[in-house]
Amino acid sequence: MSMLCIKNLTKRFGGVMAVNDVSFEVPAGSIMGLIGPNGAGKTTVFNLITGICRPDQGEIIFDEKSIVNLLTHNIISLGIARTFQTIRLFQNLSVLENVLAGRHSRMKSGSLRAMLRTPFQRGEEEAAIAKAVQTLNFVGLRRDAAQLAKNLSYGNQRLLEIARALATEPRLLILDEPAGGMNEQETTNLITLIRKIRDQRTTILLIEHDMSLVMRVCENIVVLDYGAKISEGTAETVKNDPLVIEAYLGTDEE
Amino acid sequence: MRDHSKIIYSTMTVLLAMSPLFLNKYWVDVLNNVGLYAILGLSLNIIVGHAGLFNLGHAAFYAVGAYTAAIFNTRFNIPVLWLLPLCALSAGLFAAIVMRPIIHLRGDYLCIVTIGLGEIVRIALINDIFGITQGANGIFGIDRPSIFGISIRRPHEFFYLIWGFVAVSVFFFHRLENSRFGRALNYLREDEVAAEGSGINVAHYKLACFVIGAAWAGMVGDIFASKMTIISPESFSFWESVLLFTLILLGGSASIPGVILGAFLIVGLPEVFRGIANARMLIFGGAMIAMMIFRTEGILPSRPRRYVLPDESSGESRA
Repeated sequence: MSMLCIKNLTKRFGGVMAVNDVSFEVPAGSIMGLIGPNGAGKTTVFNLITGICRPDQGEIIFDEKSIVNLLTHNIISLGIARTFQTIRLFQNLSVLENVLAGRHSRMKSGSLRAMLRTPFQRGEEEAAIAKAVQTLNFVGLRRDAAQLAKNLSYGNQRLLEIARALATEPRLLILDEPAGGMNEQETTNLITLIRKIRDQRTTILLIEHDMSLVMRVCENIVVLDYGAKISEGTAETVKNDPLVIEAYLGTDEE
Repeated sequence: MRDHSKIIYSTMTVLLAMSPLFLNKYWVDVLNNVGLYAILGLSLNIIVGHAGLFNLGHAAFYAVGAYTAAIFNTRFNIPVLWLLPLCALSAGLFAAIVMRPIIHLRGDYLCIVTIGLGEIVRIALINDIFGITQGANGIFGIDRPSIFGISIRRPHEFFYLIWGFVAVSVFFFHRLENSRFGRALNYLREDEVAAEGSGINVAHYKLACFVIGAAWAGMVGDIFASKMTIISPESFSFWESVLLFTLILLGGSASIPGVILGAFLIVGLPEVFRGIANARMLIFGGAMIAMMIFRTEGILPSRPRRYVLPDESSGESRA
């Protein structure tokens, strides 16, 4: 059964075909990679899935439900979470509060309950903090809970983004270049973390430029070039696909 | 550090509560004005300080509340304090209706539209809209408030009404900002796209903070109308909105003590320097420029929230 099913997705920006008739499926419980040269349309696919922009054509089916016309926050509450290519943390808030942002969609108390501080509101708040701390523990940032997000190192900011996404309890986690700016050691730890997340029954879809990471961690890979899908399969298949080699390295014939 | 500030705040509160005993009428009235601006500042702080939405038309919501009180009191003789919920409702509803179509505007665009909103309301009031606002002369003969049959007339009596209202506002706004709601406003101030991407309904929270801020300003309008007994459109000019905006920036955006301090400095200090009336705007302007250069976050900036973490090591830790 597939967790996410993308059918004939197309998106134009003016005259540019950012995504051109792309279809693929993400099987439940798998780690899937989306790769391609710069400007291939990978991030646009992510933005289409999470409702940040709308497709011109095509279907996006999450858990047998079309999510094409939903607003981003509704998509998040259905169980998709994402991180951003350029880190988008709440820089002037604490690490804990950043993770609590992810808990938001799983909480109910509004302004009135907050002003009256009802037992329900207090209980919910306590549970949210406990869950956020647990998530910070999971990614290894528990000790930095009180720090401001902007004071974390680059690698830790990436981890915090993942923690914020995980706090929404997603069934599908979308990672946009999670290893960007990480050193060798941090990347290795990240691979362990990604596997750990998958083992908690979260399906993962990721964009990555670090080929070693993609080849090591992804079970299935989709390759985009100029907005179109040019290849799909296991790491081994994709690596030996002449079309992929051409897209990345060019051909001799020119 | 925290105990330290606790002592300072409680001393200030006690001193303030006893001040009518040793101040004359004039100075008590100055404090009353400071109190009104403090509440208005707190209501605007939700919008400007917490959600980071530039609102330079807050006087419009204040005016809607004040005119609701004036109209219902003079026409139907409903006691002004009974009108508090109605004033909150009318100002909140007004905000919900007019802000709904423009809430997606960002930064300076929103700012310009709110300036326009403030002016439209003021001019509509001058033009005696629906024949109920009595034009430029305004509405007079508004009743004084009364609590349990005791009429509140003198500045000393108003002092306790207004500063009681300040205390209630501080109590509720403190709870509001330390909650899921308050955090959501901060998230959208920091990064709208990331907030939406974390599952926060950004448009809803933007509108909600305007409605709450406006409702609170509407209640202040009620108190103001009954204090003055006469209100006219000139009381709700663009200048009022600017004062409220500056007192937040000066005192400390998103900080309750900061906003109250801001009200003292912006409303109270000019009275202290009345002796040098000609130079006071100059000094005031100079102080503002110095602030913008040397302490951009305000005199008493907001502090990070504190959370009690369930912990393996110690009971309470800062977060």
